[in-house]
Amino acid sequence: MTDVAAEPRVDTLMQRVLDADNRHDPYPLYARIRSRPVFREPDGSYVVCGYAEVSALLRDPRLSADPVNSPAPVGPGFSFLNMDPPQHDRLRRMTMRHFGPPNDPGRVEAMRPHLLTMTTSLIDALKGRDEIDLVADVAYPLPVTVVADLLGVPREDEPKFHVWAEAIVQAADRDPRDRRPSEGIQNALVGLGGYMMGLIEARRSAPRDDMLSRLVHDDGPDGAMNPAELTTTAILLLLAGHETTVNLIANGMLTLLRMPDMMRRLREEPGIEIPMVEELLRYEPPVHMTFRSTLADVEAGGVTIPARSAVRLLIACANRDPARFEDAERFIPDRPNNQHLGFGSGIHACFGAPLARLEGQIVLRELARRLVAPRLVDDPPPYRINPALRGPRSLRVQIEGVVD
Amino acid sequence: MSDHILIVGASLAGLRAAEAVRGAGFAGRLTIVGEEPCAPYDRPPLSKQVLSGWVEAAQTELPALRPVDADWMLGMRATGLDLVARRVRLSDGSRIGFDRLLVATGARARRWPVAAEARLDGVTVLRTRDDAAALRVRLAARPERVVVVGGGFTGCEVASACIDLGAPVTVIEALEAPLLSALGATVGRYAAAIQRAKGVDLRTGVTVTALEDDGAGRLARVRLSDGQAVETALAVVCLGAAPNVEWLGGSGLAGSPRGLHCDSAGRALDAAGRPVDGIFAAGDVVRMDHPAFPGPPLRTEHWASACEQAAVAGANIARPGEPARRIAALPGFWSMQFGACLKLVGAPERADRTALLHGSVESGRFVVGYGQAGRLVAAAAVDHTHWLPFYEAQIEAGAAFPPTFARVDPPAAAWDFAP
Ligand SMILES: Cc1cc2nc3c(=O)[nH]c(=O)nc-3n(C[C@H](O)[C@H](O)[C@H](O)COP(=O)(O)OP(=O)(O)OC[C@H]3O[C@@H](n4cnc5c(N)ncnc54)[C@H](O)[C@@H]3O)c2cc1C
Ligand code: HEM
Repeated sequence: MTDVAAEPRVDTLMQRVLDADNRHDPYPLYARIRSRPVFREPDGSYVVCGYAEVSALLRDPRLSADPVNSPAPVGPGFSFLNMDPPQHDRLRRMTMRHFGPPNDPGRVEAMRPHLLTMTTSLIDALKGRDEIDLVADVAYPLPVTVVADLLGVPREDEPKFHVWAEAIVQAADRDPRDRRPSEGIQNALVGLGGYMMGLIEARRSAPRDDMLSRLVHDDGPDGAMNPAELTTTAILLLLAGHETTVNLIANGMLTLLRMPDMMRRLREEPGIEIPMVEELLRYEPPVHMTFRSTLADVEAGGVTIPARSAVRLLIACANRDPARFEDAERFIPDRPNNQHLGFGSGIHACFGAPLARLEGQIVLRELARRLVAPRLVDDPPPYRINPALRGPRSLRVQIEGVVD
Repeated sequence: MSDHILIVGASLAGLRAAEAVRGAGFAGRLTIVGEEPCAPYDRPPLSKQVLSGWVEAAQTELPALRPVDADWMLGMRATGLDLVARRVRLSDGSRIGFDRLLVATGARARRWPVAAEARLDGVTVLRTRDDAAALRVRLAARPERVVVVGGGFTGCEVASACIDLGAPVTVIEALEAPLLSALGATVGRYAAAIQRAKGVDLRTGVTVTALEDDGAGRLARVRLSDGQAVETALAVVCLGAAPNVEWLGGSGLAGSPRGLHCDSAGRALDAAGRPVDGIFAAGDVVRMDHPAFPGPPLRTEHWASACEQAAVAGANIARPGEPARRIAALPGFWSMQFGACLKLVGAPERADRTALLHGSVESGRFVVGYGQAGRLVAAAAVDHTHWLPFYEAQIEAGAAFPPTFARVDPPAAAWDFAP
């Protein structure tokens, strides 16, 4: 006999999604909350979890990404990720000019050989070991180095900024309901900011072939960024460029280790890595949710979200919405028409997507090809606490060797 | 039993309709009659990449989306329709029978109305691949000046290509601004400003009164209504397109110089407004009832509308017994000119007011909304297209106009116009 009253209400289910105990598998909870594509939580904020609703609200000008517009304002957005147009558009345009078409079309593709070389040396270093941690050994170091090289952060300074980056990541990795300001993050941001300012000044007098120099010396239609804008943009790229990619690689390997058949296909089918990475971004997205505030009443999924509400957009839940994706709970590496929301959508859609895709494709293919008989040591692995940037803290794997 | 579908017109709408007919499982005989001797090709690049030399006119062939098993009768024009005998008369004097007919004869460029002047060497229009190839040759020869007669979409794109090529260009527009008649005063004001900033010699509020020759059959100058004249050996007449309906004259279909009237399932109507059994139409030739815009039918002349209408009419003609599919997507259009991307969704021709919704005309990035009787009916964006999907949904939902909701990226100034 089923007891209808025993089914917890969706709002308490959302609290369970945020609960660290459920970090390893929020998907059954997502499946249950999806019965209502938009709902209100006891604290007055709203959760949006249907594909149609999340994708519409990501493109809705009545939603703001700037925390000054949230019901509990915490100061203006730090970087263009948390700004609204026109400031957002201007800074994003000025940054994009140096990262892709139409101004700089070959930029990402030109990084391919470099990405492969770095991947090769990271995997070479695993030779002789029978147990590895895919997070610490591969998933973490690769994207950090890539984005540092892209920006022009000297290799010899890496230990220095690793400490700050690590501190910011650690500080961000806590229960989101804990609203106390984090000292760790503040100190690290100040440290990193000071370091970046120094680097920017150095590039101003002696430009090199890197993105920081190009940003400093920009003479494009929007003029140049001021020093504060340069600093926050550089920090945004540094952070947005690696926390997420770490999770793509780690979640990706975890998924493949759980489905040996998929690991085999990645090894054997040339080109499958391209749609497979898209399916990973749908099925196990590195970013599970993002936040906005309504500036006006917004109707979505049969609910009116009042103006000045905090809104949580559940990308990962939308990505498995059966109303949009056939067999949504199944991993289908060559899924057609896979318009997942893993990189967001609308004006804040991921700036680094072409680079992240290429990194994911190269690393996962090389790992699948070179690791001999990889086996998960613990399943599920330990997870970071952060429910938004969701991924394993470590991913221990036993191997029987590494081929060339 | 014979089962023969005939499609007349072998361009975008004709090809996509044929694909839809086969896609719907039609296994009978399919014939496609087209006046142009070549395989279906795409027109949008003709006024853009082809003129600026990025793409050869011959490289604009439309890709097939699926195999179409059909008899292609190219280089053949339909000259008459007999609905009773169910036959189409062809330009070689022969007749071809059909069970069902799909009209996709599109539109042709309106020529300069004075025939002797229109025939002068150096006076041209732009509709076909041959037009584009010939114009490209003339532009590549570095003309001293080009005169574009008419500041609509095609005229503006031609002027933009001239500027790209470094050719001095004069645009003559009868109204106060280019694009004004299609998109209203805000976009018009923007278009005038950008053209002048890019070096176009823009003359507005004047008309061309005569195209004068040099005594040897070549164009020498363009005479204007303000008494001035522009010396030039090349004039591109961009006065819009007229639907190819003449061959339907006397057939009983509701064709007029404004197009062939169809319902939203692509069924051609008779003079009394009733669907004619087995006769369908799609593309630039039609004026179609649109479910989102009650009232007179719309003649959209947009690439995406031609595709959707063809998909709907093609599916419906293939399955006569089944419930009719109807067009649903809002009309949509894009244009590239002077380095900017211009995009439209909805039916601005219905509007009684416009309002700036995002950005500013000065920045060259903005969205304009179009309202009819307090409802949003269209939105146009210049280099700011990311909000259009939102406004598309707003139009479909019958949202109030002008919108009063607070929003990010608000307009820099509250511009308001009665077009
Ligand atoms: C230069 C140019 C640029 C454009 N740019 C854009 C753009 O940027 N964006 C956009 O949305 N739209 C654009 N368009 C519009 C778009 O190309 C049209 O909407 C589209 O071509 C319509 O397709 P159609 O098949 O209905 O008509 P058409 O393309 O006009 O084709 C009709 C075909 O039927 C043939 N035909 C005519 N009469 C007969 C007959 N009696 N018997 C047999 N065959 C006949 C014609 O020869 C022609 O091949 C542009 C058009 C032009 C000309
Ligand atoms: C797999 C890896 C990645 C994923 C899953 C990812 C995901 C996302 C998502 C979902 C957003 C939208 C956030 C929102 O709407 O609130 C975003 C924005 C952003 N991403 Fe990524 N990202 C990845 C890698 C990268 C990389 C490598 C870079 C930089 C090189 C980068 C730079 C950015 C920036 C700058 C933004 C802000 C864009 C804006 O606000 O306009 N990302 N990313």
